[in-house]
Amino acid sequence: MGRRAFKYSKETVVFNIIAYLFTAILAFLCLLPFLLVVSGSITDESSIVLYGYRLIPVKISFDAYKIAFGNPTIILRAYAVTCFVTTVGTFLSLFLSSMAAYALQRKDFVYRNFFAFFFYFTTIFSGGLVPWYILMVKYLHMKDNYLALIIPGLFGVFNMIIIRSFMSSIPDSITESAKIDGASDFRIFIQLILPLSRPVLVTIGLFIALEYWNDWYLSMLFIQKDNMYPLQYFLYKIISKIDFLRNVAARSSNINLSKISLPSESFKLAMTVIATGPIIFLYPHLQKYFIKGIMMGAIKG
Amino acid sequence: MVLPPTIFFLIFSYLPMAGMVVAFKKYNYTDGLFMSPWCGFENFKFFFIGGKALKVMVNTVAYNLAFIVTGLFVQVTTAIFLSEIGSRYFKKVTQTMMFLPYFLSWVVVGAFIYNIFNYEYGSLNTFLKSINFEPVNVYEEVWLWKYILVACNTWKWAGYGSLIYLAAIIGIDNELYESAEIDGASKFQKIRHITIPMITPQIVVLTLMAIGRIFRGDFGMFYQVTGNNPLLYNATDVIDTYVFRALLELQDFGMASAAGMLQSVLCFIFLIITNAVVRRIDKNYALF
Repeated sequence: MGRRAFKYSKETVVFNIIAYLFTAILAFLCLLPFLLVVSGSITDESSIVLYGYRLIPVKISFDAYKIAFGNPTIILRAYAVTCFVTTVGTFLSLFLSSMAAYALQRKDFVYRNFFAFFFYFTTIFSGGLVPWYILMVKYLHMKDNYLALIIPGLFGVFNMIIIRSFMSSIPDSITESAKIDGASDFRIFIQLILPLSRPVLVTIGLFIALEYWNDWYLSMLFIQKDNMYPLQYFLYKIISKIDFLRNVAARSSNINLSKISLPSESFKLAMTVIATGPIIFLYPHLQKYFIKGIMMGAIKG
Repeated sequence: MVLPPTIFFLIFSYLPMAGMVVAFKKYNYTDGLFMSPWCGFENFKFFFIGGKALKVMVNTVAYNLAFIVTGLFVQVTTAIFLSEIGSRYFKKVTQTMMFLPYFLSWVVVGAFIYNIFNYEYGSLNTFLKSINFEPVNVYEEVWLWKYILVACNTWKWAGYGSLIYLAAIIGIDNELYESAEIDGASKFQKIRHITIPMITPQIVVLTLMAIGRIFRGDFGMFYQVTGNNPLLYNATDVIDTYVFRALLELQDFGMASAAGMLQSVLCFIFLIITNAVVRRIDKNYALF
């Protein structure tokens, strides 16, 4: 039993070193690109031209941010659109999805397996991008319509499955006794089940919110009016279309741009930071909900 | 109460399936879905003769395979390390850092890529110049992009994926480790003989599920990371980006929907097959 006496054998030490190093390097690599962008955004434009993007700026200048915030209407507009779509979308999606989930787990719902399969089948097979696009644009007239940004995300099948699993752990006796008291299904759902499901609703809600916040694909397909651009799509346009960038900068700054050249490189990065801003601040605090959600999904999945 | 989602899926998922007829028609905008003339398998033929079909499908499958393998290696290794590391503070901090990529949209990641690989100003070239190397025009070196895309994918999902495996590892009964310790097992032995076998079912299931999606590319990643750069199409186009461009840029509805339909059908077949295989291994894990 002599081996038990050594708490840290040489092998464990080696292992620990490898483990710590590997994890630390990986974690650093995950953070690095963001650090580069932040540093680039506060670098003076001329030193970018001369020296390129570096981890530590050669010369610091907040010009890009000054221009961005000079007349922040445009950015605020994009933020507003994203906030609107995210809030409405998340609440609607949560409400409707959990309603379906509740119905699906009610044992007295005779057709539940049929519907479950009906919903589930859509994840295995789809008609493809083209028919869906034609449907949305030609027949439903959803071009340049906020609905086009909200509706596609309303019913995530996996979300419904997770909510359903959670709800099935709520004792049936609650529903039964409420029914005896004469409550309607809908009332039972809203007044009893929803409050009891708060943990899963918060977690799934966060996932849904993240999806809505980060979406740009729907905008690329359906939105052309530039005062309807949500944040991520707005950012995409700035980075990829140089004239859009100049347009935005000209409109948003009070500085006379003919006098100084537009710091386009640092401006792009500043916009990136601004677009990501809230997420970077929020996600460490909300992390535990996502972790719980992922673990829940992994076990039930 | 199931009415809303039913309506939703009826309209948005099942109706478009009927729209697959576009694949067999010479679609034009004025005639619409129902009046456009039929053209049989011509769109499919066109897709294959152009040579694009094979290239795009091979790309999709190859990339996905690479993603699966590298992702698996990185995520499982990280999960194992995380489970063995003692310092809770270190774990918390690194997990938070590793989780960041998951929260970022591909647009933002695209900005990162631009920041790093840009020829004139990118961090990479700045670094190379500082050690007296020649700057590289990454956007012209097509072969590099295989590795860049794989790295991006691994980077994005490292935190998320390692969490799933970590959950599995935590679930392993501690007694197994204790009895191994009593028998004098070393760290490596414990990992090789306890940890890995115990999470193998998870690994197998997740891998098989990923294989079931092998014909689907992550549109966001491929579109944003390459910046929709025509030079790179050959090496980096996947079915999803190809269909997207055919639809929106070329306005070739017929071919785009033919490709899309092919993808759906292949995905479906693959899923059925992999699900049957998973069923054999462990009935609980099968999708249906």
